[in-house]
Amino acid sequence: MSIDQTTIDAHGFSPEEFQRLLEILGREPTMTELGIFSVMWSEHCSYKSSRLHLRRFPTEGPRVVQGPGENAGAVDIGDGITAVFKIESHNHPSFIEPYQGAATGVGGIIRDIFTMGARPIALLNSLRFGELDDPATKRLIDGVVAGIAGYGNSIGIPTVGGEIAFEPGYAGNPLVNVFCLGVAKADGLAMGLASGAGNPVYYVGAKTGRDGIHGATMASAEFDEHSADKRPAVQVGDPFMEKLLLEACLEVMRTDALVGIQDMGAAGLTCSTSEMGARGDVGIEIDVALVPQRETGMTPYEIMLSESQERMLLVAQRGREAEVERVFAKWDLHAVRIGQVTDDGLLRIRDHGEVVAEIPNRPLADRAPLYDRPTERPAYLDDVAQLDLATLAPPTDLGQVWLDLLGTPVIASKRWVYRQYDHMVRTNTVVLPGLGAGVVRVKGTTRALVFSLDGNGRHCYLDPAEGGRLAMAEAARNVACAGAVPIGATNCLNFGNPERPDIMWQFSQAVDGIAEACRALDVPITGGNVSLYNETDGQAIYPTPVLGVVGVLDDVSHVLTRVFPEPDLDIVLLGDPAGGLGGSEYLKQHHGLVRGTPCAVDLDRERALQGLLVDAAQGRWIRSAHDGSDGGLAVTLAECCVESGTVGAQIDLPSWDGADDRFGVVQALFGEAPSRVIVSVAAGQRDQLLSSARERSVPATVIGSTGGDRLRLAVAGQSVADIGVDEAEHAWGQGLTRHFER
Amino acid sequence: MKFAVVEFPGSNCDHDAYHATKHVLGQDAEFVWHKDADLGGADVVVLPGGFSYGDYLRTGAIARFSPVMARVREFADAGGPVIGICNGFQVLLEAGLLEGALLRNRDLKFLCEHVHIRIERTDTPFTAGAVAGQVLRVPIAHGEGNFHASPETVAALEANRQVIFRYCAEDGELSDRSNPNGSVSAIAGICNAGRNVVGLMPHPERACESMLGSTDGRVLFESVISSIAATGVV
Repeated sequence: MSIDQTTIDAHGFSPEEFQRLLEILGREPTMTELGIFSVMWSEHCSYKSSRLHLRRFPTEGPRVVQGPGENAGAVDIGDGITAVFKIESHNHPSFIEPYQGAATGVGGIIRDIFTMGARPIALLNSLRFGELDDPATKRLIDGVVAGIAGYGNSIGIPTVGGEIAFEPGYAGNPLVNVFCLGVAKADGLAMGLASGAGNPVYYVGAKTGRDGIHGATMASAEFDEHSADKRPAVQVGDPFMEKLLLEACLEVMRTDALVGIQDMGAAGLTCSTSEMGARGDVGIEIDVALVPQRETGMTPYEIMLSESQERMLLVAQRGREAEVERVFAKWDLHAVRIGQVTDDGLLRIRDHGEVVAEIPNRPLADRAPLYDRPTERPAYLDDVAQLDLATLAPPTDLGQVWLDLLGTPVIASKRWVYRQYDHMVRTNTVVLPGLGAGVVRVKGTTRALVFSLDGNGRHCYLDPAEGGRLAMAEAARNVACAGAVPIGATNCLNFGNPERPDIMWQFSQAVDGIAEACRALDVPITGGNVSLYNETDGQAIYPTPVLGVVGVLDDVSHVLTRVFPEPDLDIVLLGDPAGGLGGSEYLKQHHGLVRGTPCAVDLDRERALQGLLVDAAQGRWIRSAHDGSDGGLAVTLAECCVESGTVGAQIDLPSWDGADDRFGVVQALFGEAPSRVIVSVAAGQRDQLLSSARERSVPATVIGSTGGDRLRLAVAGQSVADIGVDEAEHAWGQGLTRHFER
Repeated sequence: MKFAVVEFPGSNCDHDAYHATKHVLGQDAEFVWHKDADLGGADVVVLPGGFSYGDYLRTGAIARFSPVMARVREFADAGGPVIGICNGFQVLLEAGLLEGALLRNRDLKFLCEHVHIRIERTDTPFTAGAVAGQVLRVPIAHGEGNFHASPETVAALEANRQVIFRYCAEDGELSDRSNPNGSVSAIAGICNAGRNVVGLMPHPERACESMLGSTDGRVLFESVISSIAATGVV
C-alpha cells in the first residue's frame, strides 16, 4: 500500500524531507513510520531551523556537569551537589486551552528534572499576554495562572517567582514559559540512554489515550481562526499521578537497577524510544499491544504519537526486574514491560507481534533535517529606531507619572498571581516572591540557589542583538543582587515563523547577543528550548528570548532583597545615572510609543558590577540591592520602599552632559539603562563600598538616604517630585489586582 | 519523643513536618506509610499537608480509608496526641475524628500567604505551652480551607471550648478582613471532645525557622513535647 501525497503533505513533509525518509528506509514507509518521522522531524522535536544557530552558545565551563542534549542541564554547586534546571515553553497549548495547557507545561518541565535523577525544588514562570483591557486576555490569564497553580501546588513544588508582561502583540499568541530547578547528588545523575541488549524496557505511569496526538506538529505551525479546532491536541494533566511517578522514579534510581530513563513529553513514546536508543547507539523493540491504553481501538500510529501526560520509559538491568517492579507497586503504579533493548540499532515497533515499523535509530535522530534558513534585516527597524523627543510634550506632574508607572501592570505588585501559587512548600523559600530573584536554601548545606527569569520583548523588537545581551545581563544581575554568583543559564527562545527571513534574522541576532553576554559574564548555557511559529494570522509576537540564570550563594545568611530595611541608611547608585527613553516603559505608557533603541549594555562594566555585588553581599557591606529596570530609577527607588514597613527616602539624582534639554529630568527619573543597581548601606560600610567600586571602575554615587514616610526626589538639587510611601504602595499594590477583582 | 509523620500518596508537606520535628526541634521522627500496619511506637502522630489521592473525590475523602487510619483512630481513642495540618485536618474531618467540613475558599482561589491566628485555648497538648490570646504569624496554603458546620455544631464546638485557633489581625482582633477564606466564626483550627486531636489549616511546620520568616509555629510542637514529657503517658 503506497501512501498518497495528501497524507504526506498533511504530515508536514517537504519533498526533500520525504526523499530523505525514503533513503533512510530504502522503501515506502508504513503509516506508523510516516507518523514517527513526522513528529521526530517536526520543528518542535528536531530544532531544524534553530540547531545551526544554537551551536554558537558557549556551553562549557568548569562547573558544567551536563550541557545541552540531555533532558536538562546540570551544574556543580559544591558539597557534592549538582543543580539541574531547564526552561520550556507551552505557548501553543496554553492559548488553545489555558488551564490544561499551562498545567501540562509545568508537568513536562518537572519530569525533565526528575528524569535526570534530581529532586525538583522550585518552579518559576515567565508569562506574556495581551493588554489587560481585553476581557479575553483576562480569562486567559486566569486560566494560565490557575493551571500553573493547580499543577505545582498539588505536586508540592513551590512556585517562587517569575515575570509577567503585557503587550498587544501577545494577545493572539501568549507565552507560557516554565522553569524548574532540582538538586541531585553529583554522582547520582540519571541519563536518557538505553544500553545492554536484552535489558527490559518498561512503561510506567498513566495510560495512553488519544490526547495530544500531533501536539509537536501543532507547536510547529502558526495559528489561524481554526486553531480552536485543535483542542483535542492539548493534553490533560494529572499532578497526583506525576507526584507518584516522581517519588517512585527517584526511589528506583537509588537502587542502581536502572540503566536509563526518559519522560514521554512531546512526541510521546516515539521520542522516548528513539532518543534513548540513539543516545546509547542500540536498538529498541517494543510491542504497542502491551502499552496500557485508556481507550479502545487505538492504532499503533496513535499509540506511538499520543502525548498523554505523566508517562515514563525506563530501561532496567536484566535480572533485576523484581526490584524495579516492587518500587512501582509500592506507589500503586504499574511498571509494564513493553519490550527490550536490541543490538541491531533499529527502532522496531510491533503490534501483537507483527512488525508495523522498523527504522534505524541513529539516522532518525542524526539525519533529521537541518536548515540554514535565509535571514534578512526587517524593514521596520529603521523606522522604529527614530525617536524625536522634540515632537513630544514633557509631562508637568512628575509625581503623577511616577504613580501611574508604579500602577502599570508590568511594574505593579504581582501578589494577585503569586498568592495563588504555593510558594513555601518544602520549607526552603528564603525570599518570598516579589522581593527579588528566587532564593531557596539547600538543606544540609549552608548554601542557597538563586535564580531569575528575564526577557524584554520590546527591547528585542527594537534591537534583537542588544535585546539578547540585555536579557542575559539582567537575569545574571538579578542573581547577583541577591548576593549569588551566576554559574549557569538556560533559555527559551520564543519567535515567529522561521521560514520568514526577517524573523530568522531576529532569531540569529538574538542568539548572537545572548552568546556574547554569556561569554562576557562567563555563564554557560546548559540547555533550553526553542518555540517558533508564534504567530496568529500572520502577525508575529515580539521576538522574546527569556533567560534563566542560576547562581550559588555560599552562605544563605548573606542573602539580600530589594527592600530598604530601616531608616538612616545611605542610598548608593551603582552604575551610570544617565538613562534613555528608547524602548522604555515610560515612553509606552505616557506617550503610547514603542520607539527608539534601548541603551546598550557595556558587558565589561556589567561583569565588574556583578562581582562588586557578590563581594558586597559576602562582606555584609550593603543592606539591600535592587536592579534598575522597567520605569527607571524613580520606579526602582519606589520599589525599594514598598513592603518595607513604610521606610521612605530622600534622593537627589545627578544630571549629566548630553541629557535632553526638555526631557532631562524625565530621563533621570524614568529613563532606563542596564548595569544600574540601587543599594542601601550603613554609614560604617559606605567607604568600603565606594572604594571597592572605584577599584573596579564601577560608577558609585551617594544619591540620598532612607527614612521618613515620603519619597522625595530631586534632580541636581532641584525638587521634582514628592509622593507618600503609602500612595506609592497603593498604586503599586492595586495596579494588577484591580483588573481581576470583581 | 517520637513523631510519626503519616505519608499518604499525594502528601507533600510530609518532608516539611519531618524536617521541623527532627532537624529543627531535635526529636525522633519517622515516616509511616499509609499501608503500614502500625505507628512504629510513636508518641505523637502528624497528618501532614498535601493533596492526598490528588484530592480528587473530596479533600481527604479517600485517605481516610487508608489502612493506617485505623491505627490512628485507636491511637486517638487512647488519648494519644494527633495533629492534622491542612490536608491532614481535612483527613481528620473526613475520618470523623473532628467535626465540620472544609469548603472552597470564599473567593474560590488557592491562597498562599502569611496570616495571623489567635490561640483560643491552651488546654490541648499542642497549645499547652502558649498563652491564651497569643497571636501567631503562620502561612496558609490551601484552596479549600473555608471551615463550615451547621449552626448547632458550631454552637457545640464553641460551648465545649473546642475552637482552638481563629484567624485574626496582627493585634488579635477579629474581622472579616482578617479572615482569609470565609471560615465560619473565623475558625482556623479545632480539637475533638477529648482535646487530644487537633486540626488546623495554617502550617506551623513552615514557621519554625527565622530564615523562613517566622518561628511562631514552634509553640505547637514544643507544647506537645512538653506535655508528653510532663505526663509521661501517651
